Amino acid sequence: MNDMRILERDVDTKEVKIAARDVQVYYGTNHAIKDVSVDIEDKTVTAFIGPSGCGKSTFLRCINRMNDTIDVCRVTGDIRIDNQDIYDPRVDPVQLRAKVGMVFQKPNPFPKSIYDNVAYGPRIHGLARNKADLDDIVEKSLRRGAIWDEVKDRLNAPGTGLSGGQQQRLCIARAVATEPEVLLMDEPCSALDPIATAQIEELIDELRQSYSVVIVTHSMQQAARVSQKTAFFHLGNLVEYGETGTIFTNPVDPRTESYITGRIG
Amino acid sequence: MPLTWLILLILAIAFAGYVLGRRRALNSAGGDRRVLHSLPSYYGAIVAMWAVVPAAGVLIIWLLVQPYIVNSSVLSTLPDTMVAEGSSFSLVMSDVRRVADGLDVAVSTGAMSREAAASLSTEDTDVRETLGDMGVALGSAVSAEVLGAAQAYRAMNATGALMMAVVVLLITLGGAGFALSRSHAEFRARNAVERGVLALLIAAASLAVLTTIGIVFALLFNTIEFFKLYPAADFFFGTNWAPSFSGRGGASDLGILPLLWGTFYISLIALLVAVPIGLFAAIYLSEYASPRLRSIAKPLIEILAGIPTIVYGLFALLTVGPLLVTMFGKDTLGWMSGGTAVMTAGLVMGIMLIPFVSSLSDDIINAVPQAMRDGSYGLGATQSETIRHVILPAALPGIVGAILLAASRAIGETMIVVLGAGAAARLSLNPFEAMTTITAKIVSQLTGDADFASPEALVAFALGMTLFVLTLGLNVFALYIVRKYREQYD
Repeated sequence: MNDMRILERDVDTKEVKIAARDVQVYYGTNHAIKDVSVDIEDKTVTAFIGPSGCGKSTFLRCINRMNDTIDVCRVTGDIRIDNQDIYDPRVDPVQLRAKVGMVFQKPNPFPKSIYDNVAYGPRIHGLARNKADLDDIVEKSLRRGAIWDEVKDRLNAPGTGLSGGQQQRLCIARAVATEPEVLLMDEPCSALDPIATAQIEELIDELRQSYSVVIVTHSMQQAARVSQKTAFFHLGNLVEYGETGTIFTNPVDPRTESYITGRIG
Repeated sequence: MPLTWLILLILAIAFAGYVLGRRRALNSAGGDRRVLHSLPSYYGAIVAMWAVVPAAGVLIIWLLVQPYIVNSSVLSTLPDTMVAEGSSFSLVMSDVRRVADGLDVAVSTGAMSREAAASLSTEDTDVRETLGDMGVALGSAVSAEVLGAAQAYRAMNATGALMMAVVVLLITLGGAGFALSRSHAEFRARNAVERGVLALLIAAASLAVLTTIGIVFALLFNTIEFFKLYPAADFFFGTNWAPSFSGRGGASDLGILPLLWGTFYISLIALLVAVPIGLFAAIYLSEYASPRLRSIAKPLIEILAGIPTIVYGLFALLTVGPLLVTMFGKDTLGWMSGGTAVMTAGLVMGIMLIPFVSSLSDDIINAVPQAMRDGSYGLGATQSETIRHVILPAALPGIVGAILLAASRAIGETMIVVLGAGAAARLSLNPFEAMTTITAKIVSQLTGDADFASPEALVAFALGMTLFVLTLGLNVFALYIVRKYREQYD
C-alpha cells in the first residue's frame, strides 16, 4: 500500500464494458449479493477486494453466468456487456462464456497435453479453419500467457506436469485462446509462490492492452499493484468503488478504511 | 465335550487374569491410577492376552498334529500282511477308525464299560455282532489286528486328549502368571497391548493371503496330476470337448478351446450390453441427475448386484430365452432353435453386470475434480462437450478398470450359463446357438459319480486353474490401471 506507483498510475476514463445495476444473488435463502451496481471499464484492470464471504467471487461468477451451474443460485437485476443484457433469455450462457473468459483460483489444466489444453476452446467453437490455423492460435495464446518460451519444445507433454505458476499461465493462455473480450480472474495467485505471482501480475498488466480484466484478490498489495479501479465488497454490499489510488489512500467509507488498514477482514 | 470345557476353562483363567492383573497394577501404584504408566484395563488385558494366545496356539497346533501321530503309530503296529491283502493303508485305517468309533458309541451309550471296551478281544466275542447289537454296523468281520489297532487308537487318542488338556492349561496358567508377575506401575502395558493388536491384524492379513496360496496349490497339484494322465497340448489346443465318463469306455477328448470360446463369446455379449448401459447410466447419474434422484436411483441400480445369480439364471431360462425364440426363432427369422443360447446368457449376464460398471464408473466420474468442469464451462463448453472432452478422458483409466473387473466377473459366472446357455461345447460364430463355458463344464465334470482319479474329473482342476489365471490376470491389469489413474490428480 505504500507503493509509490499508486499515485502516478494512469486513470484515463474509458468506455464502459460491463454495466451492472441492482444485482441481487441468492443462494437458496441466503442473500449473498445486495443491490450491487457497478460500471467496469474496457482495457482496465478492476480489482474486487473484501473479506472472505463478502460476495466478490459470487459477483464475478455472475458476469459469465457461471452461477447458472449451481442449482440453488438465483440472480436478479441487470448485467450488460457492451449494452447487451447477458441474462436475456435469448443469450446462450455457453456462447457468453466464450466471450467472457475465466481463470480460477487453483490452476486447473485438463489432463491433456499443453497443446490440447490451449486448443480446447478454439476446437469447441470452431475458431480454426485448419491445423496450421490452430497451431497459430495456440502459439499466439501461449505467447500472450507468457509461457511460450518455457513450453514450446514440449507442447505434447501433459499440462498437469507443469509447475503451479506455469499451470496458471497455461490456464490464462487457454482462456485467451477463445479470444474473449473480458477476462475474469478469481484469486489467480492465491495458490502460487511470490515469484510465480509476480509473473502473473506482470502478465495481467500486459493483458490490459487487449481485454477488460476483472480480478478478485485477497491481497490488497496485489490489488494496489495491478489494478486501476478497485471495488470493495463487504457482507454482500458494494461499499466503495473508485480509482485504486483513491481507494487506498483516501477512502470515503469508514468500512473501507477499516479494511485496508487491517481493522476488519 | 472336553474341548469345550477346555476352552471355557482357558477363558475363565483369562478373565481371572484380567481382574488380577488390573488389581495388582493398581495395588503397586498404591491405588492411585494416575501413577500407572497405562490405564488399569491395559494391565488386565495384557494378562488375559498372555493367558489365551499361547495356549490357543498350542491347542490349534496340537489338534492338527495329533491325528497324524496317532495314525502313523497305529499303522506301524499293524503287520504288513494286513496291508498286502487289503488294498491300501487308508482303507485299513478307515476300518480301524470305524471300529474305534463303534467302541466309542458303545461306551457313551453305556452298553459297554470303558474297561470292557479296552479288553475286548476277538477270541471270546464276535465284535461285529456285539457292535451291531448296539447300532454300529460294520462291513466285515473284525480281525484281531484291526480290533487291537482300534483299541490302541482309542487309547492313544484318550491319552493325547488328556495330555493336551494338561499342557494347554499349564501354558495358560504359565502365561497368565508370567504376565501377572510383570504387572506393576512402571510396566508399559499400553504399548504391549498395542503390539498384541498389531500381531492380531498381521495374522488376519496373512490368513487371507495364505488361503489364496492354499487354493492355488490345491488346484496346482490336481492340475499336475491331470497333465500326467492327459497331454497338455491336447488340452490347450484341442478343438473338441467330448468327455467319456469312466466305465463306459472310450477315450475322452478334453480340448479347452470350445469352452474358452464359449466363455469369451458370452462375456463379450455381456460386456456389449453392460458397458454402454452402465456407462451412460453412470454419466446421467453423476452429471445430470439431481442429488435427490441420484440418491434414489443409485441404490436401485445397485440392487441388481445383490440378486443371486441363480435368480438371473431362472430369468434367462424362463423369460429371456422364450422371448428371444419368439423374436428370432423358427416362426420368424429361423436363427434360433432353442431358448438356451449364447445370446440368452449374454444378455442376462450383461444386465447383471450393469451395476458393476455403473457404480464404479459413477464413483470415478465423481472423483474428477469440479475444477475440471469449471474450467471447461468457463471456456464456453456445453455439458456434453465437457463430458466428452474433459471428464471421460480424465476418468477413462478408471472406467477401463471398472470394465475389466466386470469382465473378470463375467468370465467366472456359472449359474446364468448353466441355465441360459445350454451344455453343448461348440466352436461357432452364431450367437443364437447353445454353447457352454469353462465354469459350467467344471460343474458338470464334478457333479455325478465321477472317479477322482480319472482325467474326466481331474480336468475340472485344469479348467479351474486356467480360469483362475485368466481372471487373476484381468484383475491385476484392472488394479494396475485403476492405481495409475489415482496418481493423476495428486
